[in-house]
Amino acid sequence: MTSIRFFIPRDAAAIAVGADGVAAALAKAAQAAGRNIEIVRTGSRGMMWLEPLLEVESHGVRHGFGPLEPDDIPGLVAAGLLDGHSIGLATHRKSVGPVEQISFFARQTRLTFTRCGVIDPLSLDDYRAHGGYVGLEQALALGGAGIVDVVAKSGLRGRGGAGFPTGIKWKTVHETTADQKYIVCNADEGDSATFADRMIMEGDPFLLIEGMTIAGIAVGATKGYIYVRSEYPHAIATLKEAIQLARKAGLLGANVAASKQAFDLEVRTGAGAYVCGEETALLDSLEGKRGIVRAKPPLPAHKGLFGRPTVINNVLSLAAVPFILSEGAKVYADLGMGRSRGTMPIQLAGNIKHGGLFETAFGMTLGELVDDVGGGTFSGRPVKAVQVGGPLGAYFPRALFDTPFDYEAFTAKGGLVGHGGITVFDDTADMAKQARFAFEFCAIESCGKCTPCRIGSTRGVETIDKIMAGDGAEDHLALVTDLCNTMKFGSLCALGGFTPYPVMSALTHFPDDFRRAKRLPQAAE
Amino acid sequence: MPETTAEETARAIAAERGNRPDELLEILHDVQSALGYVPEAVVPALAQALNLSRAEVHGVVTFYHDFRAKPAGRHVLKLCRAEACQSMGCETLVERAESRLGIACGETSADGRVTLEPIYCLGLCATAPSAMMDGRIVGRLTPERLDALLKEAGA
Repeated sequence: MTSIRFFIPRDAAAIAVGADGVAAALAKAAQAAGRNIEIVRTGSRGMMWLEPLLEVESHGVRHGFGPLEPDDIPGLVAAGLLDGHSIGLATHRKSVGPVEQISFFARQTRLTFTRCGVIDPLSLDDYRAHGGYVGLEQALALGGAGIVDVVAKSGLRGRGGAGFPTGIKWKTVHETTADQKYIVCNADEGDSATFADRMIMEGDPFLLIEGMTIAGIAVGATKGYIYVRSEYPHAIATLKEAIQLARKAGLLGANVAASKQAFDLEVRTGAGAYVCGEETALLDSLEGKRGIVRAKPPLPAHKGLFGRPTVINNVLSLAAVPFILSEGAKVYADLGMGRSRGTMPIQLAGNIKHGGLFETAFGMTLGELVDDVGGGTFSGRPVKAVQVGGPLGAYFPRALFDTPFDYEAFTAKGGLVGHGGITVFDDTADMAKQARFAFEFCAIESCGKCTPCRIGSTRGVETIDKIMAGDGAEDHLALVTDLCNTMKFGSLCALGGFTPYPVMSALTHFPDDFRRAKRLPQAAE
Repeated sequence: MPETTAEETARAIAAERGNRPDELLEILHDVQSALGYVPEAVVPALAQALNLSRAEVHGVVTFYHDFRAKPAGRHVLKLCRAEACQSMGCETLVERAESRLGIACGETSADGRVTLEPIYCLGLCATAPSAMMDGRIVGRLTPERLDALLKEAGA
């Protein structure tokens, strides 16, 4: 008799809410009952409100229970959990039914996250059984120029936030001659509301390894680095283990997959500096220096890590590549809208009922995502604002909820898609406070190289403080607007350059929050 | 002049990593995990080992938030104060921890038991508010769970 298989995530978000305890309780219950069960620790399906989510396989269908606590296990066992799925279990109060039929899950187009939450992240057999390393095979057959062409045709744009066409970046490095080239993966996912990179690294690390290997073959780079933030210890540990396994299996090293191509990887740990998510600061940090932003040009594609041509891409950009190679550029490019092709792993976070990872083709409106998919706020109060794109993204009011998720559409409304994080705030949020925090965060994290960012952010905090104290608000509002203009156009990188997005959007869309301290008739905008 | 233990430790760690200057961050992480902080005394030793100037090493140590100049308390409680956690009321939790410990965020309690620090995002943004206690991550933090963490730390 084959043993029943159970699945519990090892994703950090699941662990943070008690997944390890649930797994231990299940193992203990099985042992007490003398039953031989198999517990697979997977990545997360991304339905974070259900974590810890336990799944049991029955006739090829995985039924879920969540959010669980260790104390729920005895009741579930009494209802027949160790005998596989049954009617008694289906009516259990923590039953969520077949996991893949949950609306949040069923309406997604999971290309990048197709295996995340399904397989054992550190099983190469699982990875291969679910379509892994088919892309690499294709890549080896196509060769460098061929791969670059496919990636360009897919329309893939940098998922880190800038949205720069990946194919063009790769082409530049491909065409540059050098004794050594590098692939650098930017896994310094510092934006609040984003966790898609972390989920891939913890839930499907071979996908990232495969994507980077393909990038290496495409541009002729033999060495890659993954720069992971220190706040992600689980991701770092999983990646390091996966790299060892890939090396042992001959998928990294002097002859990748028995080919003549060499490629190897190293994981490097950041040290708590947000600015290192900026690509040139990241490169300096990888070189062991302070994470100071470099002036461009030269572009990293020409002079990157250690002065050599370097492809630097976000985790999600690299993780999209194996699918594009295995299924073809057209399948990917057929999804999306306008110049935003393919899918975007959107992250619903903050004060939201159904938060988590939602991968979908570009084009869904912000309102659908927040109200429909996300189910509104966790608190049950009305949504006041959503911040899209992390700490440097704009605050959007409900009036802009018809904006489709698309790079250009967001730019047109004074915002940005960024890394796809959406933080929901209910009506208790004070937008003046949020604007102040944007300046404060910039001041804490500024690398200090350029004046608008280093000094402007501090002056911004001081000025907002005066506004909040009701001290000559109108003059100070004009000053903040002017300061934002200087920061936007005078900063070296997106930290100083984009801090105006949250500040100005708060000011534009929620003017009342900035004026309430003054006893003036309300001037509606 | 005889070398202190801290300097010897730092030299040994640097040597393990081939005295490579590009590995400075990794070396500093290792030094901190061995000593609990990065004492000023290791700066000249590392500079010499990696063939860097003392200014360069000092610059790196002080640039990154992770590296401590002094030892932390016996327990380190990091509360996330980024936007997603703000939307779920993390500031109330920070105030609660501050008043329970009688310190401001960023300080160590007088008895040396707990260091309270801000952290900007643990990537647990759909199960906010989040915290990290001695490397252990905690999601869906409530006042009660915070109190339990503080109690666990002996505060």
